Amino acid sequence: MTAYQSVMARKNEIMKKAVGIDYDRFELEGCAFDYERMMREVGYSLDEIKGIQQRTRVGRTPLIELRNINRLIKQISPAGKGGRLFLKDEAANPSGSFKDRRASVSVYQAAKLGYKGVIAATSGNYGAAVASQAAKYGLKCIIVQETFDSRFVGQPEIVEKARACEAFGAEVVQLSVGPELFYYFLVLLEETNYFNASLYTPFGIAGIETLGSEIGEQMKDLTGEFPDYVVVTHAGGGNLTGTARGLKRVGAERTKFIAASVDLRALHMASDVDFNRKSFTTGHTGFGIPFATFPDRSDVPRNAARPLRYMDDYLMITQGEVFYTTEMLAQLEGLQRGPAGNTSLCAAVALAREVPEGTTLVVQETEYTGAGKCPTAQLTFAKSNGIEVRHGRREDSVPGKNILIPRNPEELGYERVDMDALRASYIKQVIKQYQKTRFSETEIAFLQEDCRIDRQTLEHLTEKV
Amino acid sequence: MAQTAYKGTWVKISDTILKVGERAPNIPAETAKVPLVMHLNGFLLTDEAQLGDRATIETLSSRIVTGDLIEINPHYTHSFGRFIPELGEIGPHLRKALEKEVEK
Ligand SMILES: Cc1ncc(COP(=O)(O)O)c(C=O)c1O
Repeated sequence: MTAYQSVMARKNEIMKKAVGIDYDRFELEGCAFDYERMMREVGYSLDEIKGIQQRTRVGRTPLIELRNINRLIKQISPAGKGGRLFLKDEAANPSGSFKDRRASVSVYQAAKLGYKGVIAATSGNYGAAVASQAAKYGLKCIIVQETFDSRFVGQPEIVEKARACEAFGAEVVQLSVGPELFYYFLVLLEETNYFNASLYTPFGIAGIETLGSEIGEQMKDLTGEFPDYVVVTHAGGGNLTGTARGLKRVGAERTKFIAASVDLRALHMASDVDFNRKSFTTGHTGFGIPFATFPDRSDVPRNAARPLRYMDDYLMITQGEVFYTTEMLAQLEGLQRGPAGNTSLCAAVALAREVPEGTTLVVQETEYTGAGKCPTAQLTFAKSNGIEVRHGRREDSVPGKNILIPRNPEELGYERVDMDALRASYIKQVIKQYQKTRFSETEIAFLQEDCRIDRQTLEHLTEKV
Repeated sequence: MAQTAYKGTWVKISDTILKVGERAPNIPAETAKVPLVMHLNGFLLTDEAQLGDRATIETLSSRIVTGDLIEINPHYTHSFGRFIPELGEIGPHLRKALEKEVEK
């Protein structure tokens, strides 16, 4: 057996020690497990999370109406149409994104259980969030990131993340492209006995629930009602899951949750060549679709982020459209924010033109911006990798080949992901993973909840796959 | 650029984690044909090392790791990029659209 194989074979054992959760306790039967029980027994109550987050200045970010963008939306919408956008400014968190909410609870848990340090595998904002929290708790911190291709050319956005992590005192392990990052992550967990501050534990997801509850409360204050729509930048699914759970906790039963991702379906996420042909490192379909259809692919046995349970709709937009919207936010609202976080803003502008006047839409987050992580840096990098950057319409966009910048806001649009097709591929994955097509009553009940469908639809979709 | 680093200097090392042939099955061909490589920063523990030498460092989480010395006093060079004409015109265009509305 190679070193790679033997470490991978010890995966479950290593993980159990590294997150301090016995996931077996929540298994029911076959593909079914008790999700709510896991969230209840392992997570924290909303008040406990608020307390944990207040001590490290996480959360309680401003929510504002985007008045100028809303005027623009009115201009470009048909009579009687045009929603009102509100923005939750998550960039105001200590490390500059909503990921602080996740990290705050994970690192608190690590400190409480007596771990000497924390490790996270992430190329995104989460690294800086864990590093910042680890600094506050005086814990050691290692961030493992996929940074460069085989030419050692790093994605500017990821390089910026490495800089931020080091600024907070974390060790940054930078790797070339490949899914074996997970292997090396396990090696490091075994070597250090640190806590795995996974993005996908109940701690992390419970940490995001305050984002949802704050939106509910702030919208009540501003408009007297819960929002009609919350638009969420979607990748691994924690953002959508936690936010929706938080809003439900404060009683927002009718709010619809719209996932938004940049469409990068043409690019292979494990490809050394495609790696630097994308201008987005999160909030794209490369994570958004696989994590929706098979959440348990994550680094823990049972993923607490289960987006299909909460997703009402899923919209895809292009890279060029997000860059356009990022300029719009800076120049009309005086808010310079990172492009990846503006994915949901971009989809929300397009959606707002179609809904009745007065409909409220919350753009659920922003992220910080800076060198490497802004439209000019990312487009300059794209050009240096042979990507054509020019004016053009979304229909002609080909990820990895071109980035097309709209000429005017009317050109912003979206493509809808077929939700039933997503559910069908979820079911296909379950059939593949568990090697069966007949399910017990317990399993059927679980599958219905995990896909949010009735029994008839489940049967219909199962037959189809 | 300095070619020699002394004990205590902030440096970058490189090491191969998986050689070609040791990589995971089912990865794209272009990824399988190159090794999995790591870069890591830390303070040099070796008394003296030249670029390209094997060198041992202490990382920010106090781990001791050995690899090839590839950079002395490594720093970040990512930037805001160049001017992108297609972006530069968005702001003025949108502001005009709102000004017109006020005039009406
Ligand atoms: C700014 C920002 N928005 C959205 C997301 C997506 O969150 P999730 O992966 O939980 O879906 C991420 C992280 O991936 C992020 O950094």
